[in-house]
Amino acid sequence: MVDDKPKEAALEVRGLTFSYSGKNALEDVSFMARQGRFTALLGPNGAGKTTLFSLITRLFDTRVGSVHICGLDVAKAGAGALAPLGVVFQQTTLDLDLSVRQNLRYFGYLRGMSRRDCDRRIEEELSRLSMYERVDEKVRALNGGHRRRVEIARSLLHDPKVVVLDEATVGLDVPTRKVIVDHVHELTRTRGLAVLWTTHLIDEVWPDDDLVVLHRGRVVANGIADEVCASVGEATLDAAFAKLIGSKRGDAE
Amino acid sequence: MKAQVYYRAFMGIVSREVLRFFHQRERFFSALVRPLVWLIIFAAGFRAVLGLSMQPPYQTYVEYNVYIVPGLIAMIQLFNGMQSSLSMVYDREMGSMRVLLTTPLPRWFILAAKLFAGALVSVIQSYAFLAVAALFGTKAPMWGYVTVLPVLVLSGLMLGSLGMFLSSTIRQLENFAGVMNFIIFPTFFLSSALYPLWKMRESSFWVWQLCQLNPFTYAVEALRFAFYMKAEPRSLIVVGVTLVLFLALAVWGYNPSRGFTVRKKGGD
Repeated sequence: MVDDKPKEAALEVRGLTFSYSGKNALEDVSFMARQGRFTALLGPNGAGKTTLFSLITRLFDTRVGSVHICGLDVAKAGAGALAPLGVVFQQTTLDLDLSVRQNLRYFGYLRGMSRRDCDRRIEEELSRLSMYERVDEKVRALNGGHRRRVEIARSLLHDPKVVVLDEATVGLDVPTRKVIVDHVHELTRTRGLAVLWTTHLIDEVWPDDDLVVLHRGRVVANGIADEVCASVGEATLDAAFAKLIGSKRGDAE
Repeated sequence: MKAQVYYRAFMGIVSREVLRFFHQRERFFSALVRPLVWLIIFAAGFRAVLGLSMQPPYQTYVEYNVYIVPGLIAMIQLFNGMQSSLSMVYDREMGSMRVLLTTPLPRWFILAAKLFAGALVSVIQSYAFLAVAALFGTKAPMWGYVTVLPVLVLSGLMLGSLGMFLSSTIRQLENFAGVMNFIIFPTFFLSSALYPLWKMRESSFWVWQLCQLNPFTYAVEALRFAFYMKAEPRSLIVVGVTLVLFLALAVWGYNPSRGFTVRKKGGD
């Protein structure tokens, strides 16, 4: 029944253009990530995903266009607009020499949480990923997949409304990838989270996900994954993606 | 409520720096050994060569090892400031700086908290060095260890802000070694850390002038006077102004409109 209502845009990107030293990395990019939906931002390497990601997380400012998080303009509202946002970066951003708990508490403190709240939320989020028994180990002792899980737990610690993940499965093996992709999909359903998931791996996108295809800094397709396939007349997303990327390759050069 | 958020974030940043410091034993060790080498070996050799006359704040002739302690403390803080900035460049390449910068708090606050955390670590290092120096017989007046504390915090902040400003302008780790050579050595040698400036003036007028322009000299002198329970207003003012200047530059350097990764290659 929830599905019948139009979903609210938790994250909205409008007319974003951004250039590095005169070269456009993003050109008029617009899309939204809705509450309770998994939005996949799919694009080959060099499509501008990480640039887009840096703009959403305010690592740098937008000059043309805007980013709204839960209705607040990031450029105008400043750092405060990031409060409802959870972030998982492409590189590991944990302190290897500190324990899992110390790492997560540090993050919780940065969000103004008390020690008790931190510990309660750490237990909840790590247990969900069956990682709680490792809470006092140093991060250095964890493998890549487990580190990623800790980072996902961290991004959820302050109960965000929107979670953005930048190529969160880079460097992980196939079974671990699947666990993480499944878990994040699950979060959208059970907690009504809006998820923006950037990737270049097609198998991480499910047929009923919202899909934004980015190529050479432009949005070349936007809609439910299945419908995107249908609109380009292909049966599989693989083929559709190849077609979208291929057809744009010619005219961009 | 709002104040509590700031307070917790501040304590979070400080406790992380201190935790990290104690987890990195080599860093602690090398921070201690470097000045001790200077104190025990260098000072022993130069005690004979350099005759020091009386000069404020000393009321009598002092031995060379006593003279260089404030300079070595400032060196510890200079190294610590550079090391924090190195770790900021590293963090930025590795990404953990992003966690900090995506915190929903103003950048200036985050940077100031980080700066304070680094200064605190440098104060801990300085006292550890003073304790070992005292064991080797180089002591300051008892109360001097107390009165030096506020100045240690101030000079730690100043040298940390220098490092922070550098970290905002240096884009890549590889460039850092060169900067270290161009910053640390001139800063240290062109100051009153190892020799009184009047002596320098006798041997080279223009080098003396450079030493006079170096804010590091004033950090050293402020520390030197504080050990003898004296405040040296001019030095304290120079240190304070330098701190404000570099911190402002660092906040500017980390401003999102400048885009701290913009000059890097496009990424994907």
